[in-house]
Amino acid sequence: MTRGVGGGEISFEPLGDSAVLLRFSGNSPEIRWQKAIAACEALNSAGIAEVQEAVPAYETAAVFLRPPAEEMEERLRSALKNFRRRRKNSRRVEIPVCYDDEFALDRARVEEATNLSIAEIIDRLTKTVFTVACLGFMPGFPYLRCLRPELGVARLSTPRTKVPAGSVAIAGGQAGIYPFESPGGWNVLGRTPLCLFDPQRELPALLAPGDRVRFRAITRADFEKAR
Amino acid sequence: MIAILRAGLQSSVQDCGRFGYRRLGVTTAGALDVASMRLAQLLVGNDEGAAGIELGGGRFVFQAKSERLFAWSGGEYRVTIGGEDIPSLHTAKISPGETVELQAVQPSRTWFALSGEIDVPEVMGSRSTDVRAGFGGANGRFLRDGDELPLGAETPFGQSLRRNLASRRSSWSAPRFPVRKERLRVVAGKDWNDERGAELQRAPFQVALNSDRMGLRLEGTAMATSAVEQISEPVAPGTIQVPRDGLPIVLLADAQTIGGYPRLAHVVTVDLADAAQLQPRDQVRFVCVSLEEARGWLAQRERDIALFRTGLQTRFGFS
Repeated sequence: MTRGVGGGEISFEPLGDSAVLLRFSGNSPEIRWQKAIAACEALNSAGIAEVQEAVPAYETAAVFLRPPAEEMEERLRSALKNFRRRRKNSRRVEIPVCYDDEFALDRARVEEATNLSIAEIIDRLTKTVFTVACLGFMPGFPYLRCLRPELGVARLSTPRTKVPAGSVAIAGGQAGIYPFESPGGWNVLGRTPLCLFDPQRELPALLAPGDRVRFRAITRADFEKAR
Repeated sequence: MIAILRAGLQSSVQDCGRFGYRRLGVTTAGALDVASMRLAQLLVGNDEGAAGIELGGGRFVFQAKSERLFAWSGGEYRVTIGGEDIPSLHTAKISPGETVELQAVQPSRTWFALSGEIDVPEVMGSRSTDVRAGFGGANGRFLRDGDELPLGAETPFGQSLRRNLASRRSSWSAPRFPVRKERLRVVAGKDWNDERGAELQRAPFQVALNSDRMGLRLEGTAMATSAVEQISEPVAPGTIQVPRDGLPIVLLADAQTIGGYPRLAHVVTVDLADAAQLQPRDQVRFVCVSLEEARGWLAQRERDIALFRTGLQTRFGFS
């Protein structure tokens, strides 16, 4: 079943004087998110001169306008008249993750908070099919949805000043992967040898919103080989 | 090529910004006062979007290896070429081996351009430095004493300007857009209400020491704020967030692309140039304006820059 965009499905509000925020209706976060992704794909390929870029988040999309910014609601609605909620086949990406003790910086904290052993935690992570909701925080940092509820852990009360690059972490019902060494407040459980963001690559970010992601556990030896 | 003898404070190669990649989490970066950078670039015959240098403060000293045009805009600086004073917003001439000095008279930022532009490699369509992620510009970092930067070829328009330069600096100049950094004009954001709006505008805030190109962190009377963090939404440069401690943050060019804190208001785009000049310990107050007014000022700014560009190009045979 596909749905088009009716009059009430998108609301427009200003995001300052040079951008517009689109808010999507829908009966579930998943539906609203799919509309946000689809709307951005439509607007980014519509060739509207005034649009610099459309940026999705969970349930909203920001449309950045080239100066001077004018009232764009009509033009944007028109461009979105025929877009359908996202039905494209998603890319499937497998991320190798090493859960070696040296990399699982917050193992004890997560074990205690979830009342699960690290083996049980890894098992659940490995069985999860995540969805990339959006990228943000740092270039290429994916916000991965669909973390199992039993793995819900709060952020660190004091963020680390340095989370190693490639760290795989969880917080607030989501998982994420730090592309660079950076400050961070999520619970680090492992590390991937993959490079999540390289500005010199043709596709600089490894992951894109909508991708389905699975973690594959690898040994420390395989991690070192893959680097 | 230019040889940097003294790199000043937080100086970096910037153009107007890196566009089209916010959905990958890549910040726009770029000159914090884009209008100043654009005017400086036009004054040396480059495209408005060409790369120059943003200087965060202190003393910047360089030498050029070939004859070049030079222009600067913004901030309170004493600028000399070979010891001669150069006013802002004018085209000036540098001879090979001459020393150019920019010295902050008051803590402030400034932007300068050289004919042929700073010819570092483009990364993702821009020469701006992404200091947080460490790419772009000159090796993804602030400039250091001893750095050398390549310059491109002077444009035909630059050559025409040079031919018409009777002396060290031009008789012509670019328009000055006055900076009034004691106040920032804002439009209401999603989480604006009368009470919070009144709180924001009631008294000045003070700029905290840990402010930088990512944002102005403010100190003062903490605002009432909801304890619940919201679903993250995209933010823009100029967005004013209010985190749990109730102290507003004004996001600037290097800020993250999405956020979950309440967004109370947004600094109007033309006042981002004023925000760029706010220094730690400065006082600032906020004034709420309408979206129509804000867009009007932005449109006027664009007309002013376009008028200057076409005027200069027509005058020197390039229309």
